[in-house]
Amino acid sequence: MKLIFYPGCSMLGPARPYMESLTAIEPLLEMELQEVEDWNCCGATEYMAVHRLPAYALVARNLAIAQKQSNGSRTVMAACSACYLNLAKTDKYMADSIEMNVSVNDALAAGGLSYDPGSLRIRHLLDVLYTDIGLEKIRARVTRPLNGLKIAPYYGCMIVRPDPHHRWPNPENPTALEEILEALGAEAVEYPMKTRCCSGHMTLINPDTAYELIRELVHSATISQADLLATLCPMCQLNLDAYQVEMNKHFGSAYHMPVLYITQLIGLAFGLAPEQLGIGKEFIPSAPALAKIGVEIPPEAATPRRGRKKDEGLPMPQMPTRKGGPR
Amino acid sequence: MERMMLQLVMREEMSGAQSFLDYVETITPGYSRLDMCIQCGTCGGSCPSGGDMDHTPRHLFALIRADMKDEVLASNTPWYCISCYLCMSRCPQEVHITDLMYTLKSIAIEEGHVSENTAANLSETFLSYVESYGRSFELGLATRFYLRHHPKESMGMAGMGFGMLTRGRMVITPEKIKRIGQLRSILNRAKELEAAL
Ligand code: SF4
Ligand code: SF4
Ligand code: SF4
Ligand code: SF4
Repeated sequence: MKLIFYPGCSMLGPARPYMESLTAIEPLLEMELQEVEDWNCCGATEYMAVHRLPAYALVARNLAIAQKQSNGSRTVMAACSACYLNLAKTDKYMADSIEMNVSVNDALAAGGLSYDPGSLRIRHLLDVLYTDIGLEKIRARVTRPLNGLKIAPYYGCMIVRPDPHHRWPNPENPTALEEILEALGAEAVEYPMKTRCCSGHMTLINPDTAYELIRELVHSATISQADLLATLCPMCQLNLDAYQVEMNKHFGSAYHMPVLYITQLIGLAFGLAPEQLGIGKEFIPSAPALAKIGVEIPPEAATPRRGRKKDEGLPMPQMPTRKGGPR
Repeated sequence: MERMMLQLVMREEMSGAQSFLDYVETITPGYSRLDMCIQCGTCGGSCPSGGDMDHTPRHLFALIRADMKDEVLASNTPWYCISCYLCMSRCPQEVHITDLMYTLKSIAIEEGHVSENTAANLSETFLSYVESYGRSFELGLATRFYLRHHPKESMGMAGMGFGMLTRGRMVITPEKIKRIGQLRSILNRAKELEAAL
């Protein structure tokens, strides 16, 4: 199936393992991804806090290019939750508001572009896997079932909320991810926190708030006896994995909950080697969990160098004043 | 009674007739539905950042209606919003709460309410990278951000950089998109249109 793919900046940096594993399973799922040509950053949750209309124009440039770039597909797929939502929201708001459609197209015209809202299907990777590819096709490819692996399914926020195109009938209790995990042979544990927020950019702004949210998510997965957490978003992975180390320091706790991308788990179940899937680059090593299914991670794929353990955490800024507000 | 009415009318006229509510609604892209808020409080009850906020979203919207612009812009509430959209998906009136939080942040920045505000500076730093390169660039972003706001902690950046670099998860040089000029023209035109609202 041909798809237009919007990678987003994270996939080139902190979420490179997500990109590697997606690329590795792409042919096995008969996906053909074509990147949005010369795409720009979608602005995440930051651009819109400074400029409103330009934030939508920023996203609309990508939509306009995707629309021109017909490769026989009108589906644009993003693997980052924030990227997906920004694309979907821009399309939806332009379709719903004539004023916005006119203004955004006026701005696009300054760059010789235009976008016709509603002309593209905008989908998150999870939706494509579940709806377009389907459980049957996924199941048929499994050569190394993840039998015995208990996985907490984590959706985060922006895939299921606010759901501009009504993709998820039950946004408070979606089940697509569980169904995919089970198609891979894993056991999806009951995970009540599955659509709770991972704290987004709060890890940079007010870590105390962030740690609380991260602790709840990791704790809940731990008492569900999960071996690992499955994620669908670069920022969720970063917050739950890298900041789990900081959260442990903050609370003096010893949680050890590895966080892998759905694409890495699919790749493992399809028999691919961990190195092909970027496994071993996480801060909380997944090796102990994966040993349960007989997967060994070669030492060079795992954390390189020794003797720097102490330095590996993330530096934590503080809000200047806690309660009186960030004025 | 008559005098009070007169005062109210005069206040309306002096404030140029456009209430803060109207202003917020006009400049929020799409239809924010703020005027539909029934003050039910579902939003505040859902918010994961509620404990840190000066005002619940509900309270903030009441202040907007009461035209208490200064209180609204001084509130830390929008800055604690982490865009989780939980309130928005539960709101019985489908008010675009999260979008309104973005709007309030942007007004606070425009009107200079945010000099010491870490969150605002993160957004502004992010924006400057997007406008220079067309891409965000986490190493540059983090470095600039930490050096400016957290000089002590920025020593620890080496550690974070190390952890990310050894895992091949950090970009060292920023990537620039090919048609950055096109992107800037689009953004500049959008800024003109925004200013005219
Ligand atoms: S959400 Fe993140 S990754 Fe996606 S484009 Fe925006 S900044 Fe880049
Ligand atoms: S869970 Fe976190 S990273 Fe994921 S979408 Fe929500 S805020 Fe963003
Ligand atoms: S949930 Fe909606 S209607 Fe209720 S107070 Fe909040 S914004 Fe208003
Ligand atoms: S979107 Fe913002 S205001 Fe609404 S619940 Fe989430 S953090 Fe709170």
